[in-house]
Amino acid sequence: MIEHRDDLGDKMGMWLFIFTELLLFGMLFVVYAVYRSMHPEAFKLGGEELDVALGTLNTVILLISSMTVAMSITAIQKGKKNLALALLSITLFIAVIFLVNKYFEWGVKFEYGFQPGGAELLELGQGTILFFGLYFMMTGIHALHILIGIGLFIYVIMKINKDKIHQTDYVWLENTGLYWHLVDLIWIFLFPLFYLIH
Amino acid sequence: MSEANNAHNVSYLEYKGQYKGLFAWIFSTDHKRIGLLYLYTMLFFFSLAAILGLLMKTQLIAPGYTIMGPQTYNSLFTLHGIIMIFIIVVPGLPAVFGNFFLPIMIGAKDVAFPRLNLLSWWVYIIGILIVLTSQFLGDGPPDTGWTFYAPYSFRTPTNVLPAVFGAFVMGFSSILTGINFVVTIHRMRAPGMTWFKMPLFPWTLYGTAWIQILATPVIGITLLLIVAERLWGIGIFDPALGGDPILYQHLFWIYSHPAVYIMILPGMGAISEIIPVFSRKTIFGYKAIVLSTMAIAFVGYFVWGHHMFTSGMSGRALFAFSFLTFIVAIPSAIKVFNWVSTMHKGSLNMQTPFYWAVSFIFVFMIGGLTGLVLGSLATNVHVHDTHFVVAHFHFIVFGGTGYAFLAALHYWFPKMYGRMYDSGWANLGWGIFFTGFLTLYLPMFYLGYLGMPRRYYDYLPDFHGGNIISSLGAWLMISGIIIIFANLIRSARHGQKITEKNPWGGKTLEWQVDTPPTLENFDQIPTITKGPYEFED
Repeated sequence: MIEHRDDLGDKMGMWLFIFTELLLFGMLFVVYAVYRSMHPEAFKLGGEELDVALGTLNTVILLISSMTVAMSITAIQKGKKNLALALLSITLFIAVIFLVNKYFEWGVKFEYGFQPGGAELLELGQGTILFFGLYFMMTGIHALHILIGIGLFIYVIMKINKDKIHQTDYVWLENTGLYWHLVDLIWIFLFPLFYLIH
Repeated sequence: MSEANNAHNVSYLEYKGQYKGLFAWIFSTDHKRIGLLYLYTMLFFFSLAAILGLLMKTQLIAPGYTIMGPQTYNSLFTLHGIIMIFIIVVPGLPAVFGNFFLPIMIGAKDVAFPRLNLLSWWVYIIGILIVLTSQFLGDGPPDTGWTFYAPYSFRTPTNVLPAVFGAFVMGFSSILTGINFVVTIHRMRAPGMTWFKMPLFPWTLYGTAWIQILATPVIGITLLLIVAERLWGIGIFDPALGGDPILYQHLFWIYSHPAVYIMILPGMGAISEIIPVFSRKTIFGYKAIVLSTMAIAFVGYFVWGHHMFTSGMSGRALFAFSFLTFIVAIPSAIKVFNWVSTMHKGSLNMQTPFYWAVSFIFVFMIGGLTGLVLGSLATNVHVHDTHFVVAHFHFIVFGGTGYAFLAALHYWFPKMYGRMYDSGWANLGWGIFFTGFLTLYLPMFYLGYLGMPRRYYDYLPDFHGGNIISSLGAWLMISGIIIIFANLIRSARHGQKITEKNPWGGKTLEWQVDTPPTLENFDQIPTITKGPYEFED
């Protein structure tokens, strides 16, 4: 109806959305801090139960995916459509691999009965219950964001394919990139808090 | 280009887009139609929740079982709270008048993201539908109160889950509207409209939008944790699993106190528009109002603990929260001072919107001052969780936001519909409503002070007298509401047509465009050279 284009405004909107995401996870970090200070020992032991190798792998591939999505934006700016599509496909692939890893990681925990309400977990004391409650909640909401990211990548790949996103109009891709960096950033905090601090 | 021509000449009410009938409304990305969609949704649910309130007051007209038992009473005040807070006053003025008038007042053709704006309404409707399922499915309607306090919210067998999840979904609508408004105000002001030439209503929307963006995710995650607690028992708030229910209260109020300012700030903005127009005077202390708006938005984040004075906190925390609560009262008081000073030596034009605005100041003062009683530690312990609190927040939320909403509705009504309401009926409705309001809520201060607790369907016989007065006031107030709504609904359809651009003689941009506005609001985007309230030409 009303044609109106304002790339800077669109990006500002995305940044504001990122603020809301940071506050959403920020509150979970607050909850984490509260319970970690109440149960330092249980959180330490809980962290040792997690698979550091798998966590490190996911961290590395997620960082690479952040790089590839940033490179795809540069490619679009330079008019290299096929390169951008290739880079985005790599990003999409990595996002799926991240979730596959997560699936196996969670699967093992479920096998041992460490999921919320699991019989084994309930015997391990309150600190451990809280640790795994937070672990599943925080990595779960993060995984949900990865899933949304996958949807966004499919959408922008289709749009680039149809030349709806091109050299002079690529704010959709830029915003998707911003979102993906946020998802990456959250993981950068989740990883040490759960896997590394002992 | 007959259609482009259309968009400049035909009012937004008559414009024919690609859809017909109802679809021309629910799929319209026009900010004015979306504003009206919110208005109709809210009026419907307000009527529903007002009836629930009336039923509760009728139950309280005598001690013991009058018309309902305790479980019904509990689910009624829960639903009343959820509807009034999450469906009415949180979206409130921004969703209705913000959508309709923000673009016009800053000289824009629409908001920054029109389709996102429509999505916000749809998300809001979906949230409402999810909330409503809680009434019909599962083991009966929720009985937790709108605050969903842990651990009861995941221990009660009633159907809390959809209510919590629906409130979570509505949070998205709130965030999206906030993002839309911030970007609109940053990017779409007409040439020459500097920040300090922007009218006050957009300013308050700006402050509100920031609170919506920065506070709503907190309630989002908190409600999501309650959902997870109910579904999987993650233990975060469950004392049996090591969780801390007090932490829930903290997280809940970190959002819900700023949310009080989401409710009241746009109301203050609307009042700041109305007072100068009907006093024929420049607003007194424009910059003081702007700065106090931003101060409220900022300090409002740091006072949440005053909802929890009796929940268990360190003495130092109690002191800090009480002190900050007194600090946050100052900017509101500055605004009251500014409004009264604007009226001083003004040429007062006694019309319906002005009655609403003046009575707003009156009830808002009572609400604000009793808020200080609650903000002081010693008196708070005495009146905590009594009818005093109920009276206080109804004076602020209903007396503040509700009066401002009706003031704004009577002020902008002719512009929105191109028709005038019957001011005789409107004034009569206002008079009855105002009397009923005071009769309803003033005795509750006294009852609370004597110690009548809130949220009980029954009370000791000692409290009978005050409750009779209060319940009669409820009936009186509802009669006022019926008159007001009937008058407005009739006038929207059959009221006297007006084409005059500026029936009240306002100076802001919405009074310079056609009545009702055309689809694109302006033929040509205006260039702003003057401040918004320069009446002394």
